[in-house]
Amino acid sequence: MAITFKQVDFTYQPGTPFETKALTDINLTIPDGSYTALIGHTGSGKSTLLQHLNALLKPTSGTVTIGERVITPETSNKDLKKLRQHVGIVFQFPESQLFEETVAKDIAFGPQNFGVSEADALKTAAEMLDLVGLDQSLLDRSPFDLSGGQMRRVAIAGVLAMQPRVLVLDEPTAGLDPQGRLDMMEMFAKLRRERDLTVVLVTHQMDDVANYADHVIVMDQGRVVKTGAPREIFKDPQWLVAHQLGLPKTTAFAQQLIDRGWQFDRMPLTEDELAADLIAQLPATAFGGAPTDDE
Amino acid sequence: MMNKLIFGRYIPGDSVIHHMDPRAKLLLSFYFIGIIFIANNWLTYLLLFAFTFLAITLSGVKWSFFINGVKPLIWLILFTVVLQILFSASGGHVYWHWGIITISQLGLINGAYIFCRFVLIIFMSTLLTLTTPPLELSDAIEYILMPLKAVHFPVYEVALMLSIALRFVPTLMDETEKIMNAQRARGVDFGEGNIFQQMRAVVPLLIPLFVSSFNRAEDLATAMEARGYQGGEGRSKFRILKWHARDSWATVSFAVLTAALIFLRA
Repeated sequence: MAITFKQVDFTYQPGTPFETKALTDINLTIPDGSYTALIGHTGSGKSTLLQHLNALLKPTSGTVTIGERVITPETSNKDLKKLRQHVGIVFQFPESQLFEETVAKDIAFGPQNFGVSEADALKTAAEMLDLVGLDQSLLDRSPFDLSGGQMRRVAIAGVLAMQPRVLVLDEPTAGLDPQGRLDMMEMFAKLRRERDLTVVLVTHQMDDVANYADHVIVMDQGRVVKTGAPREIFKDPQWLVAHQLGLPKTTAFAQQLIDRGWQFDRMPLTEDELAADLIAQLPATAFGGAPTDDE
Repeated sequence: MMNKLIFGRYIPGDSVIHHMDPRAKLLLSFYFIGIIFIANNWLTYLLLFAFTFLAITLSGVKWSFFINGVKPLIWLILFTVVLQILFSASGGHVYWHWGIITISQLGLINGAYIFCRFVLIIFMSTLLTLTTPPLELSDAIEYILMPLKAVHFPVYEVALMLSIALRFVPTLMDETEKIMNAQRARGVDFGEGNIFQQMRAVVPLLIPLFVSSFNRAEDLATAMEARGYQGGEGRSKFRILKWHARDSWATVSFAVLTAALIFLRA
């Protein structure tokens, strides 16, 4: 399901003394099946934009097209539910949205709101638990007994249980340990492959952008300042610094090498790419050649 | 809807009223509400309005803020005024010589007075909250409650609770908004359907809010203890309230106003 923004403006509390403009003239497309990363400095309007993706907020002017549905400032709040089923949003720290007595009931809550019978929803809940890598024994536990990482997985399972076609993730790995972070990012990549999802990821982790995304949208002060493939975005370190963003570790390292006279045909994004490029450039003697004097 | 409410918000500014001592502002605002009831004819109300306009002009806050402050309460005001007009002069009885219509001249005048009182009280208290940061207000309340220590009233504790509560109002509002959005994304319709459906829709909002409040309270208590908090007794103060000449002048002007009101009273 593709999502298109056309000349979207958004203002909080319009017509009051506390009016603040959050989005200005947003034009962008999130292609069907893409893994889009939305990056930008804190307060650049990422989270506001994200809430337009399933019509939690409606534009003050302009249009948002979500699949077939067109959202304009005049769109009524009725029957937006269908839309919300197709676009699942995992908000920041989603563990704070858990409320049911058991994990199973909480995961089944979303589907039941969309008319799935209780028995079917509970069956889906059990499947979702496997998907997010939790043990079936947790199904009857209270969500408040779980650890922080487990709670987050349950919350994500609750969103996935609605079978969305677009999955929107707002900093899903914030506050997780490195292993949990890696597991979770791998889980999303796997889900995307298996279920043919469109993924939108809001993140400050440039490594994740480099490793997973195929489309990047850069925001600054409520405007989209650049869109393109990650390689294009990370090509220009000065520009990124000017917009208060950083480089992925790999690219930063490659940049240091470039400053010392190395050359790369393409900007390496992942560790594998960097390693391959480096090996190709090393003199043949470095591998299995005769031992050098200073050894 | 909550966002439209101006009443009770603070807008940073740089005026005489902004720089006044919060104790003076709080006490004088209460005092003003008291002396409104001295007024009993048009001249006295005119004087009160003139005084309020002067105070608002001094604060440099835009007029539209005050008009917007009255708007959400206008139905309450009108309801009271209409009741007053219909029932005051007749004292709940229907005077036969007025026929079915119970509107009397006295009732109309009383209704207008009530309207004036409401507007004056709302303007003055809006002025107080618009020009005073919540934390300063809680400092002022702590100071004013101090005499109650003599009767073992836990002044420090109440003041601490008050300032923590005030500090977390915006945080909790944000949290509410966030959880509402998250549940909406999971298919909850807030404010739709019959009363029972609406009540049920609140559960997925209330439980996470309570849980997060408990967690927050626990974290905050730990953090406070770790920073050496042992109770209110024997603490020094970072924000020290200072009484300036302008506060004395403000008090004098209120005294003059009171004298004028009593003089003009019918």
